[in-house]
Amino acid sequence: MNNQPALRTDNLDVTYTGNRTVTALDGVSVDFAENALTAIIGPSGCGKSTLLKSLNRLHEIQPNAEISGEVHFGDQTVYNTDEPLPELRRQIGYVPQTPTPLPMSIYNNVAYGPKIHGDYSRKELDDLVETCLRKVNLWDEVADRLDDPGAALSTGQIQRLCLARSLAVEPEILLCDEVTSALDPISAEQVEETLESLKEEYTIIMVTHSMDQARRLADDVVFLYLGELVEANDARTFFENPQADRTKEFISGHGASTHLEESDSSDSGAKPDEQQESAGDEPAPVQQ
Amino acid sequence: MSSTTDHGAGTDGTPGTPPSTDDARSDRLEWRLTIERLSSYWLLGAGLFAIALFGLIVLTLVQQSIPIVSEHSLLEMVTSSNWDPAQEEFGFLPAIVGTIYVTVLSMAMGTPIAILAAIYIAEYAEGRTKMIVSSFIDVLAAIPSVIFGLVGLIVVVPFVGDYLAPALGAHSIGLGIVTVSLVMAIIVTPFMISLSVESLEALPDELRESSLGVGATKWETIRSVLLRAAGPGIFSAILLGFGRVFGATIVPAMLIGGQTAIPDNPFDAGETLPTLIVNDFGELMSLPLTQSALILVGLILLVIVWLFNFGAMLVRRRLKRRWQY
Repeated sequence: MNNQPALRTDNLDVTYTGNRTVTALDGVSVDFAENALTAIIGPSGCGKSTLLKSLNRLHEIQPNAEISGEVHFGDQTVYNTDEPLPELRRQIGYVPQTPTPLPMSIYNNVAYGPKIHGDYSRKELDDLVETCLRKVNLWDEVADRLDDPGAALSTGQIQRLCLARSLAVEPEILLCDEVTSALDPISAEQVEETLESLKEEYTIIMVTHSMDQARRLADDVVFLYLGELVEANDARTFFENPQADRTKEFISGHGASTHLEESDSSDSGAKPDEQQESAGDEPAPVQQ
Repeated sequence: MSSTTDHGAGTDGTPGTPPSTDDARSDRLEWRLTIERLSSYWLLGAGLFAIALFGLIVLTLVQQSIPIVSEHSLLEMVTSSNWDPAQEEFGFLPAIVGTIYVTVLSMAMGTPIAILAAIYIAEYAEGRTKMIVSSFIDVLAAIPSVIFGLVGLIVVVPFVGDYLAPALGAHSIGLGIVTVSLVMAIIVTPFMISLSVESLEALPDELRESSLGVGATKWETIRSVLLRAAGPGIFSAILLGFGRVFGATIVPAMLIGGQTAIPDNPFDAGETLPTLIVNDFGELMSLPLTQSALILVGLILLVIVWLFNFGAMLVRRRLKRRWQY
C-alpha cells in the first residue's frame, strides 16, 4: 500500500526467563503500514501484548524479558540504537488496556507529556490540551472541569483521555492494547469512533480480542498463534480469503467472535470488571 | 476409604434414601442459618469490646487526672518548666519541648532516607540485590527497641559526645536529645521503608507504562506519577513512624539523660513525656498528687496522638481524592 512501512519487525524473539522459561514471541517478522490501523489478533496468551510492547520497548519494565531481533522504525532501529529511550517512546506512544488516568487533573493528564518534552507557554499548552481533547471527542464533555482529577471521569472518558495524553506528545505511531476491552458497549463504540478518525493522521497498531472489532476497524490484520506469526494481510483478504489453514480455522471457529471474547475475558480476569462496568454505566443511557 | 464412598453412592440409588438426605439437608440448613444469625451478634460484641476498652482507658485517665487539674491550672502546668513534685511544682514544658525536639529531629532524619530507600527497593533494585536489601530491612524492623538502646549506649553516645557535638561546636556528654533522635530514626526508618515499598509495589504497571509511554524518563515517572499515586500510603507509613517516635519510651529513657529543665540546644540532655512518666514512677506511692500529674501527662500524650491520627485521616482522604488514579 504505502511505499515504506512505518514499523517493521525483523525476526523478533522475546523470552521471559522467570521461574520457567516462556517463549512469548518466536521469530516474528511483520510490516506495519503507515497511516493505517493494524489489528493484532489471536487467542489469549499468544504474544499479542508482548509484540505490541516490544515495539517501543515497554516490555523492558518486566525484569526477566530477553529479546533478540530488531524493530525498524523508518530509518532508525529500536533496539541497537543511540537514540535515547524516552525520545523513542515519545514517537511511538502506548495506551494500556486498563483505562489509567495519571494521578493529576484532567488538564495535566494531557499536558504531562508536553511539559516534559518542551518549553510551552501557558497559552500554547492550553491550545494543545484543547486540540488533543477535541481529537478524541472529549473536549465538550470536560471543558468546564479541566481541574478535576482525571480519575473522576467515567472509564470510557478516561480511555479517551489516555488517547489524548498520548497524542499530546505528537507521536507518529500509537500502540493500543485492547483499549476497549474494559469498557461498556457504548463507551467502546465512542473509543472505536475516535480510533477511526485518528488513523488518518497516525499509524495505529492495536491488539484486540474481538474479531468483530478487527473487521470494523482494521486496514491490516496480523494473526499470532503461540508466539508465531501465522498470517499478516490486509483486512479484506484476511477475512474473505485467508491464506493459512489456521487462519481459516480461527475465523470460522470464532465467526461470531462471542466464543473467543468470552474465553478471552474470563482468562484475563477482565470479566468481573466488565460486569461491574455495565452494571454501573447502563442506567445512564436509560435516563437520557 | 474409597470402598465406603462406593458403597454410599450405591445406597443413594435405592428408593428409600432420598427423603432422609433431604431431611438431613434441611436440618443442616437450619443449623447453618442459626450460626449465620448468631455470627452477627458475636462479631458486634467483639467490635463493641474494642470500643469499650478505649473508652475505659480514657475514662480512667480522665478520672485519675482530676485531683491535679483541680489544684493546678492546666495552662500553668503546660507552660511551667519547673518540675519538683516535693514542692508540688508540676511543669510539663521541658518534657513537651523534649518530645517535640526528638520527634521533629528523628522524622527529619528518617523520612527522606525512608522515601529514597523505598524508591530504590521498589523501582530500581532487581533480583538478588532486591531480595537481600529488603530482607535486611525487615530484620532491622524486627529488632526489639531495647537492643537499639544498648547499641546506642555503646556506639552512638560516644559518637555524639566525642565527635558530632564538638564538630558542630557544641558541648555534649553524649546522652541527650540528638542521641535519642539518631537512634529513634534508625529504629523507625526500616518500618517506614517496608510500608512505603508495599504501597509503591501495589501500584499497577499501567501507571508506569502510561508515563513511560509518552516519553517520560524513569525518574520523571517516579516523581510525578508513582510518588503521588502511592502518596497516601507513604503518608501513612510516615505517620506510623511518627507515632512510634512520639510514644517511644525505652530508648529515650536510656539515652536522653533525664534532665528536668528546658534544653538549651539539641545536644543537651532532656526528657520526653513518656520518660517523665517512667522516671518518676517510683515516687507514685509517696506523693499522691504526683501520680495524678503523671497520669495527666499520659492523657495529654493520648490526646495528642489521637488528634494527630484524626488529622492524618483527613489529610489522607484529601490526598487520595486529589491523587487518585
